Amino acid sequence: MTAASPGTHTPRPGAAPLPRMVRAQALLETRTQLRNGEQLLLTVIIPTLLLVLFSAVDIVDTGEGSRVDFLAPGILALAMLSTAFTGQAIATGFERRYGVLKRLGASPLPRWGLMTAKTCSVLVIEALQVLLLSVVALALGWSPHGNPAAVALLLLLGTAAFSGLGLLMAGTLRAEATLAGANLVFILLLVGGGVIVPLDKFPAAAHSVLQLLPISALSDGLREVLQHGAGLPWGDVASLAVWAVLGLGAAARFFKWE
Amino acid sequence: MRSSAAVEVAGLVKRYGDKTAVDGLDLTVAQGTVTAVLGPNGAGKTTTVETCEGYRRPDEGTVRVLGLDPVTQGAELRPRIGVMLQSGGIYPTARAEETLRHMATLHAHPLDVPALVERLGLGSCGRTPYRRLSGGQQQRLALALALVGRPELVFLDEPTAGLDPQARHATWELVRDLRADGVTVVLTTHYMDEAEELSDDVAIVDGGKVIAQGAPDVLCKGGAENTLRFTGRPGLDLESLLKALPPDTAATELSPGSYRLTGTVDPQLLATVTSWCAQHGVMPDRISVERRTLEDVFLEMTGKELRS
Repeated sequence: MTAASPGTHTPRPGAAPLPRMVRAQALLETRTQLRNGEQLLLTVIIPTLLLVLFSAVDIVDTGEGSRVDFLAPGILALAMLSTAFTGQAIATGFERRYGVLKRLGASPLPRWGLMTAKTCSVLVIEALQVLLLSVVALALGWSPHGNPAAVALLLLLGTAAFSGLGLLMAGTLRAEATLAGANLVFILLLVGGGVIVPLDKFPAAAHSVLQLLPISALSDGLREVLQHGAGLPWGDVASLAVWAVLGLGAAARFFKWE
Repeated sequence: MRSSAAVEVAGLVKRYGDKTAVDGLDLTVAQGTVTAVLGPNGAGKTTTVETCEGYRRPDEGTVRVLGLDPVTQGAELRPRIGVMLQSGGIYPTARAEETLRHMATLHAHPLDVPALVERLGLGSCGRTPYRRLSGGQQQRLALALALVGRPELVFLDEPTAGLDPQARHATWELVRDLRADGVTVVLTTHYMDEAEELSDDVAIVDGGKVIAQGAPDVLCKGGAENTLRFTGRPGLDLESLLKALPPDTAATELSPGSYRLTGTVDPQLLATVTSWCAQHGVMPDRISVERRTLEDVFLEMTGKELRS
């Protein structure tokens, strides 16, 4: 340690402008996520591998049409789940556990600014995922249809729904429980959320329950638009909107910062 | 502004379930001073400080920090204070310099980060993840995070807990720099030497209350007397010595050639004793002065050891 020249610490307090704080926080969170190997496995490697593997090999009967046209929308839905739900839940759970959220609570960045930054970070990573998976899918012969705006709306609603549920989990459970739970949910929804396996392969009773899940609504909605060129699938939009309101509402109500 | 208090806590009560952590605590911190909140573990130090930082809502009483209510006016208050939590609040994989740079970005006029990193001896570990820093480095990083925004007031919760003596002294130097530059410092500690060494004002906390507050030397002076011992030739004329000393002084020859004086032991008394010895051709040997420490004060007030 070396001595400070007198006057170094003379008070000159003040918060940075809000947009600068939110931008800095979003960049930090994005960098942290992209540096994290486990998170990349979940958000990049697993979706890409599943897309390539199930497109190339006829393991699951995906119904009429090319396999990649069925799979790509489902994998996009899975990518949203991996970032907005699993990744965000685990990262936020451990931030809470290590007192990072508490420490930031005493900084000039307001809580809603922190949540805005987290959302921005999720959206940036999702944009990268959509880009990467689209390129891979196109290389595998994917021919997407429909209105890009409808796709964007579905992705955003799905993100809102997954974020609410992920933050609810991160803000109420222990970090280790969140880690285990978020990964388990990811795997269960991968199998039972219409991502790779068409929901009509399940027994009728299971089918009617599974299609209520947000991942099912997202993969079904994306498939309606991208595979079948339909307009906005209102049923799926409504389902995702309900999940988003419930999830974000519960997270806002029950989230514990320490 | 200088004259008004930086922190005013009045009648603070904070309960967790049926446990009362803080029980009617009053504390005033003057601007530009270093105040140590001293007490054993579980005394209510952290709860008090965290209430000032806006983390806890008082169950009773009022808390004003820089004239603001930390709960309802937190947005206004937070840019003006620096906070060092007892447990870092830093992600284990976050890199030291990146973490500090980020906190700097959240402030309008932050300190120069490379210079701060250098001054805190963190220059060699700027890219090291937090979990791989030594305990001392982790503490210094947490301290740097509290300072980088150039706050008016910093709260340091046990800033030297678990540090080796060298690192403790380095932290003390930094606190002295802050004080010299006009920053108000509130720190909690259970080391009485730290409180004595650093602070203008000590608040001794036990059982959720401030049981004594004052300058360290005033606290140590009050109550019991201090002692000066020396050895010399047996059978000195203590009557003659006492005539030269203030009336509240008492002197005894404990054993032949071993003397004890009690009273207000200050530099003047010491000078009088040695010059009396010189006049009487006595070589005073093994002179020792025993003053009360904050530990003694605490023990007298509570009947408990401070570091329990």
